[in-house]
Amino acid sequence: MDAFLHQVMAGLATGGIYASIALALVMIHNATRLVNFAQGEMAMFATYLCWTMIQAGWPYWVAFAATIVLAFVLGAAIERIIIRPVERAPVLTAVVVFIGLLLILNSVAGWIFSYTIKSFPSPFPSKAPFGLTIVSAHELGAISVTLVVLLLVYLFFRFTPLGLAMRAAAQNPDSSRLVGIRVGWMLALGWGLAAAIGATAGMMVAPIVFLDPNMMTGILLYAFAAALMGGIDSPGGAVVGGFIVGVLENIVGAYLIGTELKLTVALVLIVGVLVVKPAGLFGRVIVHRV
Amino acid sequence: MAAPLLEVRNLHAGYGPTEVLHGLNFSIAEGSITALLGANGAGKTTTLRALCRMVRSSGEVLFDGQRIDGKSTEDIVRLGVAHVPDGRGTFTDLTTEENLRLGAYARRDDRSLAEDYERMYRLFPILAERRHQQAGTLSGGQQQMLAVARALMLRPRLLLLDEPSFGLAPMVVKEIFEVMRDINRTQKVTILLVEQNAAMALKLADEAHLLETGSILMSGSSKDLMNDDAVRRAYLGY
Repeated sequence: MDAFLHQVMAGLATGGIYASIALALVMIHNATRLVNFAQGEMAMFATYLCWTMIQAGWPYWVAFAATIVLAFVLGAAIERIIIRPVERAPVLTAVVVFIGLLLILNSVAGWIFSYTIKSFPSPFPSKAPFGLTIVSAHELGAISVTLVVLLLVYLFFRFTPLGLAMRAAAQNPDSSRLVGIRVGWMLALGWGLAAAIGATAGMMVAPIVFLDPNMMTGILLYAFAAALMGGIDSPGGAVVGGFIVGVLENIVGAYLIGTELKLTVALVLIVGVLVVKPAGLFGRVIVHRV
Repeated sequence: MAAPLLEVRNLHAGYGPTEVLHGLNFSIAEGSITALLGANGAGKTTTLRALCRMVRSSGEVLFDGQRIDGKSTEDIVRLGVAHVPDGRGTFTDLTTEENLRLGAYARRDDRSLAEDYERMYRLFPILAERRHQQAGTLSGGQQQMLAVARALMLRPRLLLLDEPSFGLAPMVVKEIFEVMRDINRTQKVTILLVEQNAAMALKLADEAHLLETGSILMSGSSKDLMNDDAVRRAYLGY
């Protein structure tokens, strides 16, 4: 039983990571109807920046905060400089740009930081509090950090005028311009926010999967499965989907198919959702009148 | 006569290679209601869009003596030009109150929003009942009221209205027209109204311009247009 609970807790910890990346995917999808394939690599790159700062002797949490700010700025800059020109381009053009961005970030990270796998520190103590045995301190910490981030994002979108303006800009750009919202900047802010959320996820998962330029490849697939499962247009659904995928992946991996085939869980989920319930658990079914 | 609030000189506009407006000239006096009439495809909606820079256009547009034809839509809104667009432009996934909140987004003063919500709910009591309801679930008439209220949240100097009567029951149209008359009189909001319902528009407006295939065919006071035989036959039906 303990072993099972341990698997569940570990699943929740990685599930939180998937939830964060999935949320970032959904945010950008809602604003642009596109899936940002480079979301994982952006998080990976940010994690390297954090690693560099820690190597330079900065305290962990200072580096953590600086990384989030930097990721935000870089995310917004990517939107302004790279995505903006293809805003009105056909979908395939955008997809190619996203894949290009993925490859560039991946290779640049490898070039600057080398492909050698590095360990990444966890800010949490080595022993879990209250003598807990079913969960490690890092897992508990990662879950908490994720929940705090998700809560902050929720509060921001739900209760601040800027959050409302961003939701409006994503939903109805024309009307948004007519009430004076600078839609272009809202998009850049959205990218910045998505990159910052991704960066937190990267820094939380790096102690588990270790730091290397390809660390996010699998995670992006799980996050994609999570986003689809929850409904690609539903932020809440993406979060729930993330936790479900995390737990499912761990349990299926541990008891059914072994860790080598774990990634197939994501693919089976993607195909399964698309076949059985294409709108996902919480997604909206869009019906067109003919 | 005082300087006009809006002055349009040689306005051309179009979509892609197709030019829709072929050089419009007109001006709108502060505090007046002006109607822009014309058949389908005459360019009424395009005129409003061109004023807000939502379509490619050339020519001069002066608002309160200041050129606005080079500005972005967002900046024009900030000057106090509110636009109730064709199709109402509801933020369907947001609540009624959030829609109103967005209407005040570009406002620079910090007068209380709560007071303005109450003002809108007095103008359109049905919106108060629906304030926490998703705006997409409102009826067409309620969404049109919401669109007008959203525009008024800006406390605009100029209100552009694109066919507020479209697809609505006569009772609702009457209510919306009464509100327009009211805000024009009590709050001195200048109104430019695009309408297909020429009879109602002429009754409300002080001035009117008749648009035909992208050019102004006739301009004058509402009374003059109402008494013109050609207008009566073609647009009023008697």
